[in-house]
Amino acid sequence: MEIGIVLLVIVGIVIVVAVLLYNGLVARRIRVDEAVGQIEVQLKRRHDLVPNLVSAVKGYMDFEQDVLTRVTEARANAVAAGASGTLTAGQAQAENALTGALRSLFAVVENYPQLKANENVLALQEQLTTTENQISFSRQHYNASVNDYNTSIQTFPGMLIAGPLGFTRREFFEAEPEADLVPVVSLR
Amino acid sequence: MSTSFYSQQAANRRNSFLLVLAVVALLAALGFAIGYGTTGVPAAGLGWLGVFGVIAIVMSLASYFGGDRMVLAASRAREIGPDELPQLHNVVAEMSLAAGIAAPRVYLIDDTAPNAFATGRDPRHASIAVTTGLLDKLDREELQGVIGHELSHVRNFDIRYNLLVGVLVGTIALLADFFLRMTFWGGLGGRRSSGDRGGGGLQALVLVLALFLAILAPFFARLVQLAVSRQREYLADASSVELTRNPRGLERALATIAGDREVLEVANRATQHLYFTNPIKKFEQRSQGLFSTHPAIVDRINRLRVLDGQRPLLDGEARTLSGLE
Repeated sequence: MEIGIVLLVIVGIVIVVAVLLYNGLVARRIRVDEAVGQIEVQLKRRHDLVPNLVSAVKGYMDFEQDVLTRVTEARANAVAAGASGTLTAGQAQAENALTGALRSLFAVVENYPQLKANENVLALQEQLTTTENQISFSRQHYNASVNDYNTSIQTFPGMLIAGPLGFTRREFFEAEPEADLVPVVSLR
Repeated sequence: MSTSFYSQQAANRRNSFLLVLAVVALLAALGFAIGYGTTGVPAAGLGWLGVFGVIAIVMSLASYFGGDRMVLAASRAREIGPDELPQLHNVVAEMSLAAGIAAPRVYLIDDTAPNAFATGRDPRHASIAVTTGLLDKLDREELQGVIGHELSHVRNFDIRYNLLVGVLVGTIALLADFFLRMTFWGGLGGRRSSGDRGGGGLQALVLVLALFLAILAPFFARLVQLAVSRQREYLADASSVELTRNPRGLERALATIAGDREVLEVANRATQHLYFTNPIKKFEQRSQGLFSTHPAIVDRINRLRVLDGQRPLLDGEARTLSGLE
C-alpha cells in the first residue's frame, strides 16, 4: 500500500511541474505576440502623424519639395505594405524607407530657423522623435520576448514538452541594411 | 565588475537573495535562542517568532496597500494630465514599451532639486514622480536613463522586495525588544519552567547568547536592509541600461545630479531611500558607506562606464562628484 501512495505522490508532482512548465511557455509565447501587436500600433501612429508634419512644413520649405515628396510617397508605400495586417519583410522594408525619408526631412529642417522656432513644428518633431523611439523600443522588446521564449523551449526542462506540444522557435526582428544608410541632405 | 548588464543584474539579484537569507537566518537564530534559553524547549522560539511575524506583517500590509498614495502626498506631488508635459509623457511611454509594462501614472514635484522616485507594488499600480528641477536640468537622453531606472524599480518589484526585507527587520526588532524588556523587567531569565528537563548549563549559555543577539540583531538586520537597498539601486541602474541600451544617458544624468547643490525640500529620512539619488545633501546629516541607502554616485557611474568600455573615473575627476553620494 505504501508504494502505491508514494507512486501517486510522484505522479502528482510530475503533473504539477508539467502544468507549470506548459503555462510558462504559453505565457512567453503570448508575450511575443503582444510585442508584435505593439510594433504595429506604433507603426500606425507614425503613418497618422506624417501628413500633419508635411503640411506644417510645406509652406516654409519651397526648395525642398523633393524631400517632402519622398516622405509622402514612402508613407503611402508603408501604409500599403502594412495593409495585410501581419509583419512581413516587405512591410519592414517599406517602414525603413519611411524612417530614412523622415531622417532626411529632420536634417533639412535644421536649415530653416523659422521652422525650427515654430511651435507646431517643434511639437510635431517631438511626436515623431518619440514615435521613432517607440517603434525601436517595441522592436527591442519584441526581440527580448523572442529571446526569452526561444531560450525556454530550447533549454531543459522546457524542451521536453515544447516539441510534442507545438511550441516552435520565433524569428528575431532584424534591421534592414537600409537602416544603416546616412540620410542625404542637399544644402543650397 | 561585470561587463554586461545581464551579468550585473544576475549578480545584484543573487546578492539581494543572499542578504535576505542572512536576515532570515538571523531571525531564526534569535527566535531559537530566545525560545530555548528561556524555557529549555526549542519550539517555544518558533511560537514567539510566529506571533511577532504576524504583527509585523499586518503593519506592513497597511503600508503596502496605501503606501504609494501616502508617499506621493508627503512629497507634495501633483499628477500630470495627458496634455501637460508631452515630452515627459513620451519618455515614460518609451521606457514602458521597452520594459513591456503599462505606463505608470506620472506626477510632478515642484522643486528645483533634480530627483525622481517610483512607488507601486506592481506594474499595474505604479506611479513615477519627477521634480521640475530634473526636467529643467536634464536633456532627453539623460531623462530617459532616469525614467528607465525608476521604471526598473517597478518592474523588478523592488517596492515589494524592500517591503519583505522591512518586515523581516521589523520582526527582528520587535522580537528583540520584547525579549529584552521581559528579561530585564520580568525576570524571565531567572525562572525555570516546571517542564524544564534540566538543560542547565547549555540553557544558560543559550540564554546569554539570546541576550547578546537581541541587542545586536536589530543593528545588523538594519545594516543588511541598507545593503539590500544599495544592491537594488545598482540593479535598477543595470536594468535601465537594458531598456535604453545606452549607459551614457544615465551616466551623464548621475554626473549632472551629483554636481547639483540644491536641496530637495520635501524629502526626509523616512522617504530618502525612495529617491533616485540620496536627497539629503548635508555631509553631516547623510549616512555613509555601510549605513547609506544609496551607493556612492561615483561607484554607480563607474559601473556604467565599464558597460560602455570606458575606464573608471580617476580620483581627480571623481573629486567634484564625491561631495554627494
